[in-house]
Amino acid sequence: MSDPESHRLTRDDVAHVASLALLELTEAELDEFAGQLSAVLEHAKDIDALDVGDVAPTHHPYPLHNVFRPDVVTSADVREQALAMAPEAEDGQFRVPPALGEEP
Amino acid sequence: MSVPSTATEIAAAVSSGSVSASDVVESHLAAIDARESEIHAFNTVTADQARATAADIDARVAAGESVGPLAGVPVALKDNMCTNGIATTCSSKILEGWEPPYDATVVERLREAGAVIVGKTNLDEFAMGSSTENSAFGPSRNPLDTSKVPGGSSGGSAAAVAAGFAPLSIGSDTGGSIRQPAALCGVVGMKPTYGAVSRYGLIAFASSLDQIGPFAKNVTDAATMFEVIAGHDPRDSTSIPEPAADVHTKLNAGVEGLRVGVITELMGEGQLQGFEPEVIAQTRAAADALAAAGATVGEVSVPSVIYGLSAYYQIAPAEASSNLARYDGVRYGHRAPGGANTAAMMKASRTAGFGAEVKRRIMLGTYALSAGYYDAFYGKAQRVRTLIIDELAAAYQNFDVLLSPTSPCVAFPIGAVSDPLTMYLNDTCTIPSNLAGHPAISVPFGTGAGDLPVGVQILAPLQGEAVMFQAAAALEAAAPGGQS
Repeated sequence: MSDPESHRLTRDDVAHVASLALLELTEAELDEFAGQLSAVLEHAKDIDALDVGDVAPTHHPYPLHNVFRPDVVTSADVREQALAMAPEAEDGQFRVPPALGEEP
Repeated sequence: MSVPSTATEIAAAVSSGSVSASDVVESHLAAIDARESEIHAFNTVTADQARATAADIDARVAAGESVGPLAGVPVALKDNMCTNGIATTCSSKILEGWEPPYDATVVERLREAGAVIVGKTNLDEFAMGSSTENSAFGPSRNPLDTSKVPGGSSGGSAAAVAAGFAPLSIGSDTGGSIRQPAALCGVVGMKPTYGAVSRYGLIAFASSLDQIGPFAKNVTDAATMFEVIAGHDPRDSTSIPEPAADVHTKLNAGVEGLRVGVITELMGEGQLQGFEPEVIAQTRAAADALAAAGATVGEVSVPSVIYGLSAYYQIAPAEASSNLARYDGVRYGHRAPGGANTAAMMKASRTAGFGAEVKRRIMLGTYALSAGYYDAFYGKAQRVRTLIIDELAAAYQNFDVLLSPTSPCVAFPIGAVSDPLTMYLNDTCTIPSNLAGHPAISVPFGTGAGDLPVGVQILAPLQGEAVMFQAAAALEAAAPGGQS
């Protein structure tokens, strides 16, 4: 992959990232997205130039720690409603194509 | 008695029995019938359920019951809030037809307060956008000029209030998605403190930034709705463990002695460009109006806000890429046919189900989080977030609230902005509050190019909603043309 200094994504970079994200792109999309995503990363060069090594990162804007609740079941049983929304269900479970290999 | 137009008046009239909730609902459904085909504010109009709810409220009023602070008030919900048994799409093909088995906490609280849900509003797919043009179901249009966008991502909710389809609506705001469309449609829109309103049942985009808030015709109605939806919810582990703040007591206290700081970096004279001169002029006029009303107005520099956009477009896509990994065609939503194995089915389903902007953000986030790039992009953005928080904290040492434009521009023509980065620049003024978790509100203040409304933003520190609403009410009272 391209190095972070350049901030330019190639078509191959875009294809690799799309594959990681379980997306398929057309040839035209690969070209279009390479340019558009590079432009956003180029814009981010402004923060690259900052020296923030001694600044702590913020992951969460409100300081909450260790949120506990009593260990009792509170959620409703919505199994039937959930399965009714499934693309495919069988015997009370979600049905999917084979996990490995070609379909028999 | 005719049906009043504001939520506060409707709730009072319905509670006293002088107007029926059924008449209120019928008048708003008639308004929807008259203009919805032109505006496209809604993905779903829930007319039958609304009529049934209204009839129930009327029966309770007749029986002498107290119904609640939103008795009989029609409310529109952004279509990324879960509604039990009612389609919730996020304006995405990947969720088309899905009906959640539960209500979001905000929906529960609105129902308990006597509100009448009239429908689910259009949005940029998964709330990613600033114009509502990224909806899989087509754009919404600005009711003030239907050739223009209503803003986004909560464009349908803003348009619904501006068009008189409902006096109140609900939106979500990750980088400005309530405040920017409010500004472009000439209504009030407010993003609460992160954690003030439960996110349970809000379909996640960027979990450390997302917050639910109100759209209203005026500041008082927005304050009423905020009090209804805010307060601790054990089902959201990021919910602040405190009751809803009282924002009414000081609402009309005026701004005598209040210290208002105008953020210099957001006034179009520094590194950040692209502000329309009329927007800057109205923002200065707003500052002057608050000064005339007794506030002490000064300028304040928050230097790192200029880096907000870059930080946001690392953090938000990173969180989105993780949150949207769940849409894989297995348990709900769209499944592409013919996948030879599970991975192929997932890939085909996501490829067919997501639109271009959602794919761009998922890929940006996947890249930012990938090995070797995490520190350079995501890690650095999280440190910039701290810089902005620290500088805002310093500004609040000297000021009670801060002020800026909400959007650098007024509503723009549908189809005018095709470049993603150019579209992202619409969020320049609103993003800092999301990164910091602070509350902020957009109040209509005069007009700019094309006689289209300008929104002025009031920012306040963490849990500063009371002083934010106080300043907003004074700004509204001082606005040209006398807002109600």
